[in-house]
Amino acid sequence: MTDGVTVPAQAGTASTGDGLMVRAEQVHKSFGPLEVLRGIDLEVRAGEVCCLLGPSGSGKSTFLRCVNHLEKINAGRIWVDGELIGYRERGGKLHELRESEVAAQRRVIGMVFQRFNLFPHMTVLQNVVEAPVLLGREKKAAARDRAAALLERVGLGGKLGNYPSQLSGGQQQRVAIARALAMRPKLMLFDEPTSALDPELVGEVLDVMKDLARDGMTMIVVTHEIGFAREVGDHLVFMDEGVVVEQGDPREVIANPRHERTRAFLAKVL
Amino acid sequence: MPVKTETPERARPEPIRAVPVRHPGRWVAVAVIGVLVAMFVHLLVTNTAFNWSFMADEMFRPPIVAGLRGTIALLVTSMAIGIVGGVVIAVMRLSANPILRGVSWTYTWFFRAVPRLVLAILFGNLGILWARIEFGLPFDRQIGALFGIDNFEARLFGFSAVDILTGFVAGMLALGLSEAAYMAEIVRAGIQSVDEGQTEAAQALGMTRAQILRRIVLPQAMRVVVPPTGNETIAMLKDTSLVAFVPVSAELFFQLRAVGSRSFQVFPMLVAATIWYLLLTSVLLVGQYYLERHFSKGVGRSGQARLRLRGLAAETGGGASEVIR
Repeated sequence: MTDGVTVPAQAGTASTGDGLMVRAEQVHKSFGPLEVLRGIDLEVRAGEVCCLLGPSGSGKSTFLRCVNHLEKINAGRIWVDGELIGYRERGGKLHELRESEVAAQRRVIGMVFQRFNLFPHMTVLQNVVEAPVLLGREKKAAARDRAAALLERVGLGGKLGNYPSQLSGGQQQRVAIARALAMRPKLMLFDEPTSALDPELVGEVLDVMKDLARDGMTMIVVTHEIGFAREVGDHLVFMDEGVVVEQGDPREVIANPRHERTRAFLAKVL
Repeated sequence: MPVKTETPERARPEPIRAVPVRHPGRWVAVAVIGVLVAMFVHLLVTNTAFNWSFMADEMFRPPIVAGLRGTIALLVTSMAIGIVGGVVIAVMRLSANPILRGVSWTYTWFFRAVPRLVLAILFGNLGILWARIEFGLPFDRQIGALFGIDNFEARLFGFSAVDILTGFVAGMLALGLSEAAYMAEIVRAGIQSVDEGQTEAAQALGMTRAQILRRIVLPQAMRVVVPPTGNETIAMLKDTSLVAFVPVSAELFFQLRAVGSRSFQVFPMLVAATIWYLLLTSVLLVGQYYLERHFSKGVGRSGQARLRLRGLAAETGGGASEVIR
């Protein structure tokens, strides 16, 4: 770990005082006639690593995208750090937030995508510096120093001037993590961060994520890496067909799944 | 007995020296083309209608050079209007606001439907519509009449139409506004070619739509936009000759033709026009090459190869950097 680059301390930051970073209540989401989420209830405490598991099409990625309002939910509520996402409740009525307000909410929620989505026309350093400087979070020089330190932390201190196309998938994903961290998020969302990687590159990305978890970052991770869930996860949620089938301590759920569908899924991936 | 492996010791085989495949067709083609070129050169040299010395004398005369300057000024200003307007209209077309989308669609529909020649003449005659162009409260007289005030006027400033809609301005507007409609379609295609994931990643970082467009989407769209824009610029260079109908006289083709008809040397001046347009287009092509190279940073086959080499050079201590340049 590099000195001077630490994740902001999480303990007790939840303004609701209940220690919850994320609270989702009865979240429903449909794409046209297709109902993808059918009433998700979920709580993630500050500093906790929550792993979302489930077969493809179970709605776990969609749920993740609802947390930072990349998808609009059709019913239910999501709070991040006590703040209602996407809406304002006033006089018993919900008002949509303006675009700039939604953007402001997203600034404290980092997201890492399956396909990295680095900005290909910018160097690695520019990718990390871009948002904090553009959004007036930091002065250019300070942002550069911090970005360099973050990249050093994810093991890419020697690649600052390279373009994303010159990096391996694993390296690109680590840059993407550094880019998200540059905004000093309270919460990190990982959407199958290792699914697009060659098997031998998965480890380096998981190592960075473990490091983050040890530092107390609150994380929601959609993953197929059972090993990661077992080792790093504080909480495991198994989803299928848009509902939470079962949840609990990862080691417990993986060792003794209570539900038939969980058992069937684990039998296939383990 | 184990099989003996003798690969390491084996001598390198002799390089292949085979008789290459013959291409007799190429020789026939060379002969045919050679004869045609010879005939063409012969024509250029012997036909007196070319009157080369007259052409060479006339094509750099002050009025022609002034016309050339006019043509370049028209090209630059109308393309500037076209590109800026095109970006604005494309962004409107892709906006979530249905009114902006409708306005953008209507604009594109109108300016693509009307031929540039007609537009040029139309803009040249706008002075018939308004003697003066004035800015202020719209429908001021009608509002005044409503409240019983005669000749109520609320106008801030105005120009005489003849002053402002001079030939050059009219021609520039006709060409530029028409170009904006075409550029809008090119820019729209460019914007749509950028992966949706780029917008999502930028949104997740908390950027607003305007910031994403300016910093993330448009720079990447440029790679797709630049080649057809080069095409448009070359087409525009040639379309500047249409402003002769506005009428604008400070324009290359008008001046060359004027010399031609005055001196009854029509053909040499047409050849002069051909040569001038060839020269200008060649200059534009060089500019396009450098623009394309600039915007292929980080992407594209050649761009990537160059970057990869540079990366290697950096890793090995910069020794290879001379090789790339």
